[in-house]
Amino acid sequence: MARKISMKQAINEALDQEMTRDPLVIMMGEDIVGGAGGNGEMDAWGGVLGVTKGLYAKHGDRLLDTPLSESAYIGAAIGAAACGMRPVAELMFIDFMGVCFDQIYNQAAKFRYMFGGKAETPVVIRAMVGAGFRAAAQHSQMLTPLFTHIPGLKVVCPSTPYDTKGLLIQSIRDNDPVIFCEHKNLYGFEGEVPEASYTIPFGEAAIVREGKSVSIVTYGLMVHRALEAAAALAKEGIEAEIVDLRTLSPLDIDTVIESVEKTGHLVCVDEANPRCSIAADISAQVVQAAFKALRGPIQMVTAPHTPVPFSPVLEDLYIPSVAQIGAAVRRALAGGSH
Amino acid sequence: MSAITPIVMPKWGLSMAEGTVVSWLVEEGAQITVGMPILEVESDKIANAVEAPDPGLLRRRLAAAGDLLPVKALLGVMAPAEVSEAEIDAYVAGYVVPAATEGEDAESGPAFLFTEVDGIRVRYARRGEPASTQLPVLFLHGFGGDLDNWLFNLDTVAAAAPVIALDLPAHGQSDVRLPGGAALADLAGFVLHFLDAIGVERVHAVGHSMGGAVAAQMALAAPQRVASLVLIASAGLGSEINRGYIEGFVAAATRRELKPVIEQLFADPGLVSRQLLDDLLKFKRLDGVSQALTQLGEVLFGGGRQAALPVTQLAGGKVPVTLVWGREDRIIPAAHAAQAPAAAKVQVLEGAGHMVMMEKAADVNTLILAQVKGAAPS
Repeated sequence: MARKISMKQAINEALDQEMTRDPLVIMMGEDIVGGAGGNGEMDAWGGVLGVTKGLYAKHGDRLLDTPLSESAYIGAAIGAAACGMRPVAELMFIDFMGVCFDQIYNQAAKFRYMFGGKAETPVVIRAMVGAGFRAAAQHSQMLTPLFTHIPGLKVVCPSTPYDTKGLLIQSIRDNDPVIFCEHKNLYGFEGEVPEASYTIPFGEAAIVREGKSVSIVTYGLMVHRALEAAAALAKEGIEAEIVDLRTLSPLDIDTVIESVEKTGHLVCVDEANPRCSIAADISAQVVQAAFKALRGPIQMVTAPHTPVPFSPVLEDLYIPSVAQIGAAVRRALAGGSH
Repeated sequence: MSAITPIVMPKWGLSMAEGTVVSWLVEEGAQITVGMPILEVESDKIANAVEAPDPGLLRRRLAAAGDLLPVKALLGVMAPAEVSEAEIDAYVAGYVVPAATEGEDAESGPAFLFTEVDGIRVRYARRGEPASTQLPVLFLHGFGGDLDNWLFNLDTVAAAAPVIALDLPAHGQSDVRLPGGAALADLAGFVLHFLDAIGVERVHAVGHSMGGAVAAQMALAAPQRVASLVLIASAGLGSEINRGYIEGFVAAATRRELKPVIEQLFADPGLVSRQLLDDLLKFKRLDGVSQALTQLGEVLFGGGRQAALPVTQLAGGKVPVTLVWGREDRIIPAAHAAQAPAAAKVQVLEGAGHMVMMEKAADVNTLILAQVKGAAPS
């Protein structure tokens, strides 16, 4: 039966159920067992924000607390995956990918291709993404476009607890490397989630709001801002359709194009920096595939092309806001004029 | 003021919180009879006509087309001609939308209940006056369905008799496990055990599609426990069944694949909303559902042939039967109605497909109530 749980609980439940189902599923990460918050291993906090709390008590040494060396344990997880395990590595903040990037983009992403399809790398790398956490430039980035750019990686960024559980279970069962992006400001967000295990296939966007005036295409935390903007726009008679991409690679461009063919207007909202972003990619693909459906210029709402500021005031201005999304929609409908 | 009768936004299924008025179907000044479709409303799941629960003279249409209003919001007012306009104005001004209660209906207790039967956890719903002397009416959904298939029927029938609806094993929110070998006899036995578990001895059974065959099988196995049968687009009368539908429903993994399959269920494919598809996918994506539906489909409808025809064995039995079909049923042909038991009442409804109890809810509800009231008291 379904009941309301947070996104953090949905992640914990997905990990727990898959570790219970499949003995090949293991976890590695910094402080995923220990960390503050308890007297010993069995009641420890479980990860920097408590996501893996309680899993060690149930699954024991299949959870490995690693040294603070991302290059070592991400490489170990990828190697274990190539040898038949199904590791879930927790990287804490996606910003730390830099030190282990060769293992990810030059090794894991290439194995299947370079070994003629004979090698599989069923590894999941979970990492927190996004700003708004007052954690400054090195712990706040939205690096989804960076991984989406690389063939051989699958990139997931859910917006609800329901999608989070189903997509994480799918990620663990998938035979390719998956970068699973968890927005830290959605960890407390609650929604209906079935107790039983289930999967959501990759490459299927969700229409979270139907409308005929304009298509807003987005993912992650921005889905919620777009919904808020749409509620305000509805009072002006503008009915926005919101497409939640859910997985960025593979990408469900068909659903985006169908929506634009219906509405004739497109606003891409992306918390990432604008250059070579998901928003830019969607814009390019829609222009290429459905130019004639467009009745006005595409608008993009993204973070600016700067690092995430530490100043809380500036950080709040940095993240795309409900007001910016609303303004972009009005601009799109007005033919691009301000 | 008691002469004034409100027409309010209906609540179709547990999750409906608000609905959009599509259009009015009657003019002010019209004399309304019970069950008459009075206006068209669209929820996030489905569009349908609101049927009058009470008779009266329509004095005021308050909601306009396009209005998005909460459940129980005032849509219109009925009152006899002698009630003055001022009294109606006062009634409208003083009307307060009752607060919605999440997860449960204040009037009838928890929305859903759970019990365990033969090791399988079952979700079910009960509505209506528990102390009623009327026999309860049991609703059995079809292959791949759940108790929400009855969203337009339960509340109306519950006004006359207590109703019970369950998610069959491996359906809805019941456990993803099938009883025994998943044959009709196993399912019928399971439902009888379910009735034992909730302390119900005898029922009027209403079954749709596969659920109709289960109900008929129950009447064969335990005739003393089934007071009457209403079989809607029922399996169990003839061997044909739409193999493409059964196999397509089991195989569809995405919204894109599922949509054309589900559209076959309705005479009006426009009734298939995105939310309806999303809800079905949520069910189909649960671990084990695909295997369970595959097994059930093979046992009951393997090779596109119905394996058992229990309804044809009811002939000469003492259980009154009403058969209802949608003329445009593309899953089980309405021609099967010709195989009805001799004394059965048969009604084929125009403009409806396999989901006739949704597409022609008012007609089906009238037939159910007639059967329930007409059956000899126990």
